[in-house]
Amino acid sequence: MKKIRAFIISFSAFSVLWFLYFPIFIIIWFSFNKESVSSFPIEHYSLDWYIKLFHNQSMINAVEVSFIIAISSTLAALIIGIPSAYALHKYNYFGKNFLLKLILLPITLPGIVTGVAMLSLFPLMGIPLSLKAVFIGHTTFLIAIMITQILARFKKLDPYLEMAAFDLGASPLQAFFKVILPNIKTAIIGAVLLSLVLSMDEIPVTFFLISRENTLPIEIYGMMRRGITPEVNAVATLVFLISSAAIFISLKFNKEN
Amino acid sequence: MKNYDKYVLIFPLLLWLFLFLVLPYLFILTQSVLATDDFGKVVYDLNFDSYIKIFTNPLYYETLIRTFIYAIIVALACILLSLPLAYFIAFKVTKNKSFYYTLIVLPFWMSYIVRAYAWKVILGENGIFNSSLINMGIIDKPLRFVLYSDFSVILCLIYIFLPFVCIPIYTSFEQISKSLVEASKDLGANSWVTFRKVIFPLILPGVISGGTLALVLTLGDFLAASLLGGPNTLFISSIVQNLFGTSNDKPLGSAVGVVLLILVFIVLELSSRYEKKHETQ
Repeated sequence: MKKIRAFIISFSAFSVLWFLYFPIFIIIWFSFNKESVSSFPIEHYSLDWYIKLFHNQSMINAVEVSFIIAISSTLAALIIGIPSAYALHKYNYFGKNFLLKLILLPITLPGIVTGVAMLSLFPLMGIPLSLKAVFIGHTTFLIAIMITQILARFKKLDPYLEMAAFDLGASPLQAFFKVILPNIKTAIIGAVLLSLVLSMDEIPVTFFLISRENTLPIEIYGMMRRGITPEVNAVATLVFLISSAAIFISLKFNKEN
Repeated sequence: MKNYDKYVLIFPLLLWLFLFLVLPYLFILTQSVLATDDFGKVVYDLNFDSYIKIFTNPLYYETLIRTFIYAIIVALACILLSLPLAYFIAFKVTKNKSFYYTLIVLPFWMSYIVRAYAWKVILGENGIFNSSLINMGIIDKPLRFVLYSDFSVILCLIYIFLPFVCIPIYTSFEQISKSLVEASKDLGANSWVTFRKVIFPLILPGVISGGTLALVLTLGDFLAASLLGGPNTLFISSIVQNLFGTSNDKPLGSAVGVVLLILVFIVLELSSRYEKKHETQ
């Protein structure tokens, strides 16, 4: 009886794991299919779709655009996020709890509403639908990621560290750069990697703010709307490999604490 | 000097959030009570027509209700699938626990679009699902309902949001002290009673917060419906997308968006109240 129950539990656990991973394996597997119809079983294997991908100019442009947006908005979120996380940790403000909730809105509320809200107002503010608008949209939700990640690390930090630095004669800037920053370094690296991955994958807000130039997920979205092309299998496999690598690194950095 | 720092450090954040978050939200709130002229341009004429339309035209209120029901289905399915997996990793895995944990965290960060695309490959007319069934001789023509239907959208959403539910449930399983479970067994409770009376109440906050996430995320999703849905598949967020796109009725679109926001706020508030109540017990 006990054995049967243990078997049922592990069997269902592995079934769920299988459900989580088999669609990804299917994509990787079919990216090596020579035929353009994704039917089963595969008769000839080839790297044709990867070669096609590297000659697809609009895809290459989309990758470039995605990198530019991800790096610039992550940087902006860092510049705004680190000092505010530090201040929010150290000082008390009137309406601080409200502010903490407000920061989280872009990740708790449906992206589509944030997207259409920005779409409606930005042109009136003199920001046309463009990569500039996408940059602002991404930075707004990446700030939420940065602040929550860094604030969590600050809370674990020994409060006497900074005091000790002051006692030993450090100026506030010296204390920040020589004592605080090295201690939150891994949290920052983790948050940066997560921000890059999230920005590279963002659709709901980008969808409404983009004009002519596509980001990578929007380009894939467009290809998918036109039908199944095995090129998407190849690009999906690459995206999967690169984002897994980034995630592994960021998990490692988070664990180090 | 100190006080001066306090505000200088936070000022860029406040400015950014005000300009690019608070103002846009206030703007659609305003836009939702405006009207459009014959060319679809927004005109400043205060009225509540959009809200009246949402609650009188079945296209809007029925879609809202249907999406909500689908969101509950997605949340429940994610919870049911998460329970055995999270339980297994927390209680049965002794070696390589962090490897198994990584297995449930990894899909959480994986590309949405890639994961949605996978189901198109699997469920399509020439996809893996149909061609395997044909090869096995179970069916002789591809089943069409599996793709481009409400079914395929729900399946895809369950797939995509499963890690969001599994992680909090796993965390609450992990926090249960093993001695509690042993105590329950020593006192004569069998495994089922132990699960129902001891373990389940302790993981309930994790179940609720994971389920809430899946529910809220489904309410706001328009991509799965547009990629895997059929001509009759309509989710509330697809309506918003349409009204800001081809149908070009921004006031109505804003009103549907505001209603969606209120719904999400209610769900989040109920869930956080529940969690607070649970904490004090």
